[in-house]
Amino acid sequence: MPWGEFKDTAAERRLFQRRTVVMLLFVMVAIGGLIARMYQLQIVEHEVYTTLSDKNRVQVQSVPPPRGLIYDRNNTLLAENRPVFSVKLVPERVDGMDETLEKLGSILEISEEDLERFRRRLEEPRRPFQEIPLRYDLTPEEIARLAVERHELPGVEVKAELVRYYPHGELTAHALGYVGRINRNELQNIDPVNYAGTNYIGKSGIERFYEEILHGKVGYQHVETNARGRIMRVLERENPVPGEDLQLHLDLRLQQRAHELLDGRRGAIVAIEPDTGGILALASVPGFDANKFVTGISVNDYRELRESKDKPLFNRALRGQYPPGSTIKPMLAVAGLDSNAVTRDHTIWDPGYYRLTEGGRLWRDWKQWGHGWVDLKDAVAESCDVYFYEMAVEMGVDTMYSYLSRFGFGEDATLDVAGALNGLLPSPEWKRAVRNRPWYPGDTVNMGIGQGFMLATPLQLATATALIANRGKWVEPRLLKDIKGDHPTDQFLPDETHEPLKLKNPQDWEYVVDAMAEVMHGAHGTARRAGSDAPYRMAGKTGTAQVFSLDEDEEYDAEELRERLRDHALFVGFAPVDNPKIAVAVIVENGGSGSGTAAPVARAMFDAWLLDYSKPSGDKLVSNAAGQVSN
Amino acid sequence: MAFKTLLDPTASNPLGRQRTIWMTLHLDPILLALLLVLVSCGLFVLYSGADRNLEVVKAQGIRLAIAFVVMFVFAQLDPSVYRRWAPWLYVAGVLSLVAVLVAGVGAKGAQRWLDLPGGLPRFQPSELMKLVVPMTTAWYLSRHFLPPRFRHVAVGLAIVLLPMGLIIDQPDLGTSLLVGLAGIFVVFFAGISWKLIAAFVAMVSVSAPLMWFFVMRDYQKQRVLTLLNPQSDPLGAGWNIIQSKTAIGSGGIEGKGWLQGTQSHLEFLPESHTDFIVAVLAEEFGFIGMLALLTVYFLIILRCLYIAATAQDSFSRLVAGALAMTFFIYVFVNIGMVSGILPVVGVPLPLVSYGGTSSVTLMAAFGVLMSVHTHRRMIGA
Repeated sequence: MPWGEFKDTAAERRLFQRRTVVMLLFVMVAIGGLIARMYQLQIVEHEVYTTLSDKNRVQVQSVPPPRGLIYDRNNTLLAENRPVFSVKLVPERVDGMDETLEKLGSILEISEEDLERFRRRLEEPRRPFQEIPLRYDLTPEEIARLAVERHELPGVEVKAELVRYYPHGELTAHALGYVGRINRNELQNIDPVNYAGTNYIGKSGIERFYEEILHGKVGYQHVETNARGRIMRVLERENPVPGEDLQLHLDLRLQQRAHELLDGRRGAIVAIEPDTGGILALASVPGFDANKFVTGISVNDYRELRESKDKPLFNRALRGQYPPGSTIKPMLAVAGLDSNAVTRDHTIWDPGYYRLTEGGRLWRDWKQWGHGWVDLKDAVAESCDVYFYEMAVEMGVDTMYSYLSRFGFGEDATLDVAGALNGLLPSPEWKRAVRNRPWYPGDTVNMGIGQGFMLATPLQLATATALIANRGKWVEPRLLKDIKGDHPTDQFLPDETHEPLKLKNPQDWEYVVDAMAEVMHGAHGTARRAGSDAPYRMAGKTGTAQVFSLDEDEEYDAEELRERLRDHALFVGFAPVDNPKIAVAVIVENGGSGSGTAAPVARAMFDAWLLDYSKPSGDKLVSNAAGQVSN
Repeated sequence: MAFKTLLDPTASNPLGRQRTIWMTLHLDPILLALLLVLVSCGLFVLYSGADRNLEVVKAQGIRLAIAFVVMFVFAQLDPSVYRRWAPWLYVAGVLSLVAVLVAGVGAKGAQRWLDLPGGLPRFQPSELMKLVVPMTTAWYLSRHFLPPRFRHVAVGLAIVLLPMGLIIDQPDLGTSLLVGLAGIFVVFFAGISWKLIAAFVAMVSVSAPLMWFFVMRDYQKQRVLTLLNPQSDPLGAGWNIIQSKTAIGSGGIEGKGWLQGTQSHLEFLPESHTDFIVAVLAEEFGFIGMLALLTVYFLIILRCLYIAATAQDSFSRLVAGALAMTFFIYVFVNIGMVSGILPVVGVPLPLVSYGGTSSVTLMAAFGVLMSVHTHRRMIGA
């Protein structure tokens, strides 16, 4: 059929026009549909999408405050912040996670732990474009190597954050404590708002106790971000309030000396300024490098510390609970005089042993043949056990308990020393409750020479010694000297709770102090060798604590015992006698005798404090770590 | 006659019998004006959608200028030329589609282009088929009495389905649907009976599940699934829809103002200057802006349908009607996709989205429409 010839063109046109009308209606309905859709989105659901849009656009980011610094009494920096670089990955931007991790592994050292932790975080729900840390604390070398390969590693970023650094790590670890990553437990207890940008929290010591002050207040910035999380501009910023700087009573030089004195041994030294209660030194040896804990210690390093026989992680100064042995005698002398159990003139005959009852159990004196006739002063100076056996029985357990508790035994009397233990001040009630046994008279005898159940920490011994040095005036031990900010120190230092120990005859203090001075300077003083040639007078008391009890007739032979089973050597003392500037407690584990091992250590501490460091240091042991990084 | 002149300035003046200047230039002033309005508004939105990148706007301006030239050239040819060339172009088009499958150049996992020798730009045969398929279908159907008989409908559909299948295979679902619809509109305008239409609808309903299992590729299924529940994959395929809906919805009645759209400027909105540009417009100009845009599009379609209805022969009518409706489908599918009522298929917003090929094709189609309208013989002179 040729083109167009026999067609009914008019009919075709009418047909077409009808179809056009149908199509026009279709178009109108469809456009109406689009308009309806727009109406729904833009007018009906406008609010919903506005919210969504703003959430998209504006992010509130927390700006972590820089942590307050910690100084010693001479303004030597003990804890600062330094930038640490870490590798973080943004999974959305990484092409090929496995290849990227493999490539990173060839550039950096990435442990199995790091990888495992990273993969775990990867599985957890998270915001899109949120970065996940892979490894912390990159070396400058690693940063450089990464920078070279960076263009081939999309989604891999090197980020800096300020991290705690202890320039004198090993020296201060036990005194300051340290910070570490916030763990799941802590996460439930902290203010989630204030810690929104913070990764670290005080785990122990000062860092933990003054966490609130050191942390500061979180800042915020409202930032406009694109979908990739890149910040386009900062809309609004509220700066963080930096944590406040703390000054401690601690003297780093004295702390260092304490560590030197105990070097190669296990033990603790606590030195207190009697006037203020300020802790001048708080040494527990061996120590450890707290810096290792800040960014997360490796499993191997931790195992090594943990499994070491020397227990470097154990804070002996605060948590080591030892039988105080003879170091308790000055306090008991005070108790005996004040309770009239003895008088200054009261003398006894010491045959080298003591029996409660005729033919009963034998309590030996440390001196096999006895001290002969001794009064209280001799008993303290020569550490006569029999005198104290008798006095203890005369006083009875309740009196001893009452006085010793007023010296701070059996409690944590410190103001701001986190983690200090209570020791154990036994009483009949305690024994019945805990041991389910009655209190035997023999227990009283043991208590008279600081053996038996009684346990004290070096910090408690130093505290009690300071009380004697102060002639009964209580100053609870504290680390904080000053807060370098607007806050008065009192506001954060807990209240002092102890009443001064007032004696019926205050002169009894001088009597006991004289007796302690005899220990150092007297002809028969147990620590006379340690006290000789001193340009000042000091007071002290040696002690020896049994690691395990010997049967009554067993001979003590140090040679035969393994080193670990040897007695602990203890010493407490203060100097100068008339105007005490320092009170110390020393314990050398398995050190043998207090007079031979612990007393010279204390003497060295006195010398250091009174002779060498009597003036504040001019030279500051400032760390050479890099300065702060701004974020 | 004033009203008629206003409605159709290209119509001859029955009293004066002069040909207007528009008839001489073979341009339709109303359509031209509407297109210019659309294109210039589009460039404004593009400036915003491309994040104030003036280079992008310039490049698009040049493409549009070329497209207007193409339109002008296409308008000069008599509709009878198209009618005669249609079958041969169709054969050439199908052959080049086969060539694409055999030796095409790939991008984003699809083969759509043919590299031409001698520094010519890449050639996308499927784009050409958007014009050739309706023309060929119209050529075939207009050779017979209308309404068409069943076998003519069947042949007409075969003409449509062959290139469609080849384009789906590239794979390019969006273009394939547009090519197919262009042909099917021809069949509809030709007067296919409603019974047959009903039968086709029934057939499609049955074949849809079969398509799902045997023809559609995973990514195509994914798009459909994503449409049904964008939240199922908020960071993957659903991201685009969620973000564009957020952009549109947050625009409200008056919009956030030009260049003030946060969704688009902060890179939440993907492809903000290409397929998803309408979201930028909706965010920045709000419901009012969308009404204006849809009005312009509606007026263009209305004008095109008027041109089709006043065309003088069946071929011209069918081609004009089909091209008008194809243009509308572009608009509908794009806005429907961006607003989340249709699956995401790669269909640009006509003459607004950034991109050269579709603009040229569309303007060529308007050229054909203008040709149809300005080559009318003076009946009744």
